[in-house]
Amino acid sequence: MPRSTLLPARTAPAGAPDSAPDTEAFPFEKERRRALVSRPSVSDSVFRSVAFTAGGITVAIMLAVGVFLSIRASDALGVAGFSFLTEQVWSPESRTFGIASVLFGTVTIALIAMCVAVPLALGTALLISEVAQGRLRSTLVTLVDLMAAVPSVVFGLWGVFFLQANVIPVASWISTYFGWIPFFRVSDASGAALSDASAFTSSAFTAGVVVGLMVVPTTTSVMREAFSQAPIGEREAAFALGSTRWGMIRAVVLPFGRGGIIGGTMLGLGRALGETIAVYMIISPIFTINWQVLKTGSNSVSALIALRYGESSEFGLSALMAAGLVLFLMTLVINFTASSIVARSRSGAESN
Amino acid sequence: MTFIPSPDSAPIGPRRRVRAARLDDRFNLLGAAAAGIALSTLIFGWFTPLSGGVGWTLVAFVSFIGFYALLVSNTSDFQEVKDRVMSVLLASAGIVLFGALVFVVAFTLVRGQEALPHLNFFTESMEKAGPLDGLEMGGILHAILGTLMQIGMALVITVPLGILTALFLNEVGGRFARFVRTISDAMTALPSIVAGLFVYSAIIVLITHQRSGFAASMAITVMMLPIVIRASDIVLRLVAGNLREAAYALGSTRWRTIWHVVLPTARPGLATAVILGTARGIGETSPVLLTSGVTAVVNTNPFEGPMISLPLQVFDFVKSPEPNMIARGFGAAAVLILLVLALFAIARLIGGRAPGDLTARQQRRVGAASLRDLQRITLQHLNAPNVITQTATDPHQKESSS
Repeated sequence: MPRSTLLPARTAPAGAPDSAPDTEAFPFEKERRRALVSRPSVSDSVFRSVAFTAGGITVAIMLAVGVFLSIRASDALGVAGFSFLTEQVWSPESRTFGIASVLFGTVTIALIAMCVAVPLALGTALLISEVAQGRLRSTLVTLVDLMAAVPSVVFGLWGVFFLQANVIPVASWISTYFGWIPFFRVSDASGAALSDASAFTSSAFTAGVVVGLMVVPTTTSVMREAFSQAPIGEREAAFALGSTRWGMIRAVVLPFGRGGIIGGTMLGLGRALGETIAVYMIISPIFTINWQVLKTGSNSVSALIALRYGESSEFGLSALMAAGLVLFLMTLVINFTASSIVARSRSGAESN
Repeated sequence: MTFIPSPDSAPIGPRRRVRAARLDDRFNLLGAAAAGIALSTLIFGWFTPLSGGVGWTLVAFVSFIGFYALLVSNTSDFQEVKDRVMSVLLASAGIVLFGALVFVVAFTLVRGQEALPHLNFFTESMEKAGPLDGLEMGGILHAILGTLMQIGMALVITVPLGILTALFLNEVGGRFARFVRTISDAMTALPSIVAGLFVYSAIIVLITHQRSGFAASMAITVMMLPIVIRASDIVLRLVAGNLREAAYALGSTRWRTIWHVVLPTARPGLATAVILGTARGIGETSPVLLTSGVTAVVNTNPFEGPMISLPLQVFDFVKSPEPNMIARGFGAAAVLILLVLALFAIARLIGGRAPGDLTARQQRRVGAASLRDLQRITLQHLNAPNVITQTATDPHQKESSS
């Protein structure tokens, strides 16, 4: 019925004047698109150039870090060549130096730190995003943020004055009952098992535990953000199908947050590799590769720099710069990978 | 025909508490804990030659989990047992973490109590105090002053540069902005000792030829800048787009929009970003270690001579074997932590709200302002009605005259 009233209206004799507006209904189709470019005002162009300069300065600072380190390091790298990566001893004055042992120590400490940090961070992130409610949740989030701001020297103090003494029973317990695993054995040069307390205090294990606690906040907050973005519809669907809360976490939250878990772990690893003061305060520096992580004696690249910068000659400083450059490149690669994984996991592509 | 029940007639039962723990849940937890502790004590004390607190804790925890699973399985199926056990594991991860972190802070504060009650600790420097002197001699005034000056100089550079860069990322955009964002993300990963090495080689070796407070503040700047940029970037992104669009629709230029709309809206968030960056920068030790040098006297000239800061002073104090020096180190660390906590409290007080989300007081103020505007406009209309009619009739007069 409404159709028949509409149709005659269009085909009515009065259609001739009617058809004219029909063609003129889209007058822009014939013309070119209007260009929406206008001359920017003076204040705008000033703002643009100032903001552009600020961005440029930020980039310049970062590039300058890399450039200066490379220039200063070139002396030492030219002398050492490839043996810089394989030599264990650090004595630039006699032209034999390399970062094999300190790099090994750095990686060991960082891996132990991740063994401490990842389970704690994963559990805490799930606790905050899935279990805690309301006030408790916001309190925990604030606490995590606050802990990220606690200075590393405070963690170092705790490590030296509390943990070093109290780690002895733990470390000796592990070495007694798990000594059959090569990493956990603590033996002297002849291979006999050590039980002396001083054999356990300044180990990579102690430093790793402290560094692990330091990186937990970073890792936790990255993981929590990823978990909180799990789609609410899928969560509800899991509950509606009769799943328990853990079932829902297994089926929805963990698969969706996988990118966040990997990215958070790698970001934490990057932080752990670069940590200086806490490691420096705790370890007793050595320049050989020490496979026994519970045994006193380890080193890291950043601790090496902090230890030797004061007494170095110009060439020694150049060698330290080379070590710093390696550390810089290593953390850069890890963090770039991590942040690209985190950024990709945010797209929500994995939920389909 | 569909019958729609009126909402008034439907009986409303008591609200169900879906999250609340039932009584038997609590008894399960308590019982499992008691059983775990008992079993662990039994094993370690009587049955086997095991010993040590660590082993006891480990066995107690594992048996607690086992007993808890057993108790829950009396009334529930396997899925629910898994759910309960995992909940307990998640909670224990949180308890361990927060326990450890609170313990780290509390340990420092408690050990710092030895030095903190002495008033001279805040008003004197270490100039005249030797390592063997008691706590009633010497203090950390020089380190407090050094920290404040270094962080002040770092803020002078970081705040404008960081916020302008964040504005560039958000308001200008483009390919270069994406590059800048990538670079500033990468800068957050910069190991702090590398920042120290950079400033050492770029500023100390090339320009000043000596360690100074200025060089230290530059190193802190390098560490703080990416934190400020990232935090402000996130805040600026949260400013509602329709606020900007409204400003553009009223014909304002980009700069006016940013100055009068974006920045005021994001002000609390930006302040939070700056404070968080400051809290992080204050605690940096290793870049300062390479750039500022250690001293025992008050130095207020940032360009000449070593200038110590609180974290570096802590580090320097605790290297000494003297118990008094270590007590001073803990005192300085406690001051540092209190400083960071205070900054954090301020940041939470200012921030913690989305941009444009006003407090009750701000809402009252804005309401009062718009009421004043309304009164002013009405008053104008009442006082000069002929001016308005004049302008309204103006074109007609022109037409008739032409």
